[in-house]
Amino acid sequence: MRRISRLHVSTVLLLVLAAGQATAAGLLNVSYDVARGLYQDLNRAFVEEHARSSGETVKVDQSHGGSSKQARAVIDGLGADVVTMNSPLDIDVIADAGLLPKNWAAAFPERSSPSWSTIVFVVRKGNPRRIADWPDLTRADVKAVLPNPKTSGNGRYSYLAAWHYARSQPGATDQTAIAFEQAFFRNVPVLDIGGRDATTTFAHRGIGDVLLTFESEAKVIGKTFGADRFEIVYPSISVRADNPVAVVEKNAARNGTTALAEAYLKFHYGKTAQTIFAGHGLRTVDPEVAAAHAAAFPPIRTFTVEEAFGGWPAAQATHFASGGHFDRIIAEVRK
Amino acid sequence: MSAAPRRVRPALGEPAPVRVLLIALTIAFLAAFLVLPLVLMFSQALAGGVDAYFAAITDRDTLAAIRLTLVAAAIAVPLNALFGVAAAWAIAKFDFRGKNLLITLIDLPFSVSPVIAGLVFILLFGAHGWFGAWLGAHDVRIVFALPGIVLATIFVTFPFVARELIPLMQAQGSSEEEAALTLGAGGWKLFWHVTLPNVRWGLLYGILLCNARAMGEFGAVSVVSGHIRGLTNTMPLHVEVLYNDYQFAAAFAVASLLALLALVTLGLKSLLEWRHGDELAALRGR
Repeated sequence: MRRISRLHVSTVLLLVLAAGQATAAGLLNVSYDVARGLYQDLNRAFVEEHARSSGETVKVDQSHGGSSKQARAVIDGLGADVVTMNSPLDIDVIADAGLLPKNWAAAFPERSSPSWSTIVFVVRKGNPRRIADWPDLTRADVKAVLPNPKTSGNGRYSYLAAWHYARSQPGATDQTAIAFEQAFFRNVPVLDIGGRDATTTFAHRGIGDVLLTFESEAKVIGKTFGADRFEIVYPSISVRADNPVAVVEKNAARNGTTALAEAYLKFHYGKTAQTIFAGHGLRTVDPEVAAAHAAAFPPIRTFTVEEAFGGWPAAQATHFASGGHFDRIIAEVRK
Repeated sequence: MSAAPRRVRPALGEPAPVRVLLIALTIAFLAAFLVLPLVLMFSQALAGGVDAYFAAITDRDTLAAIRLTLVAAAIAVPLNALFGVAAAWAIAKFDFRGKNLLITLIDLPFSVSPVIAGLVFILLFGAHGWFGAWLGAHDVRIVFALPGIVLATIFVTFPFVARELIPLMQAQGSSEEEAALTLGAGGWKLFWHVTLPNVRWGLLYGILLCNARAMGEFGAVSVVSGHIRGLTNTMPLHVEVLYNDYQFAAAFAVASLLALLALVTLGLKSLLEWRHGDELAALRGR
């Protein structure tokens, strides 16, 4: 035992000394918070494929953090060659700062989003409250958990999906949608800051009957906290949440990595990467890969923010800006 | 008369029940707020077994984080020791205008939130900061790279040595230096043979505190780090990353390493006090 630990300790020390920065040609991918495992797999595959096709060994460094914080860091000078985010808004912000063109979404197929997810309901095993669709979230006997729409992507998408559901009912007006959201948010005991906090509140602390989150996160919850404790419920309609990618053209041009960055993002659309996305619970845009994983991803009717709200800037201004619909709904609920 | 003193309670001391209660309270408090979390952390870290523990801390990114933390401390602590001695020397041995202002400025990092400290460096050296354009044109990276991390660490830890030395040097006064001067000692000789030996334990103490904080700093470093795995994540940042990835055992393993570093520092400090307690007490009490 003693010898083992001495061996371990000296190994650690040696490795610490050896872990110097090897400088290979490479990319810096600035990404969102929970994509670490995904990009470990995807980068490994890319490096292998790139070595095969070009004989050149490259390296992809990763930076992860809250999506908006990451966008801010890129604007402040974090030298990202590519950004891979979970909300188009965060790439728009970087475009506004002049680091990449405003029409970045047209650079790659599917609005530059090689994968996507959607908001689903996670309920406790056996679905004791019989939650099936959006109206169930407004029932007085249901407690729902979701992160704050002001600070998190999941929260924003969940809010917009509920709004769109209510607004597309026959005879609906903005007033009925507001009333629907009020009834829904009256059932929300805590608004956590981020998606992972909300997950912890629901799965670890056992608060609430239903958690609203991305399908990809819902699958992680099953893996982490026990698949036999939770079920995923697919509502009748939900929102399509794109995971967009872009080359940060100014940085890439300075680093001389433009071609490599483009090859890296193109790789996201290939069979290998698409299969990796599916393995990490994300829906894919390649029809063949999607068909191969159809069992894990039940069909669901989705709408995009562009279709229902005229794009993110408009949705942001109407709903989430100071004094917007969301602020007024919360003020009414807290009265 | 002979039995009386036994019943009279000692002049210095509380009755036994009060003493027991106070001691029990202290121990309970320490157990709840210090020992329990520590035990919990180590048990979580070792939950997957010793091999899993070592696998977690020999992970490439973890090793890079350890290395970065050590490098940042190795640069920041000596610089702060130098600065601290210089500042304490100037403040304690000389009179000049603005001295009180200087003392207040030295304390600034204690009163400013570390996050704000980090943001200041972004505003100075970030792409849109004061020096951003010049740095960009000359391809010099400060923030989101090692220099930024070192700068942030220096900023939050610079009062430790100075704060430890100023009262000590002030209390010692300058009579010994004056004596040395009259005996013909020059400036350097005076410093090496009189001033420095007089404050050596205080200095060491300050350096230990400074080092502990430098390795543990989170807020300021988080702002300027850029969180590039294997490149700009320090140990505290790496713990957060692992925790958010649901890698609880690995997160606690790295946290336990950090705690071990802190415990070593504490141990060194206690050793110092034990070996040189009288000297330290004499220096500090004067």
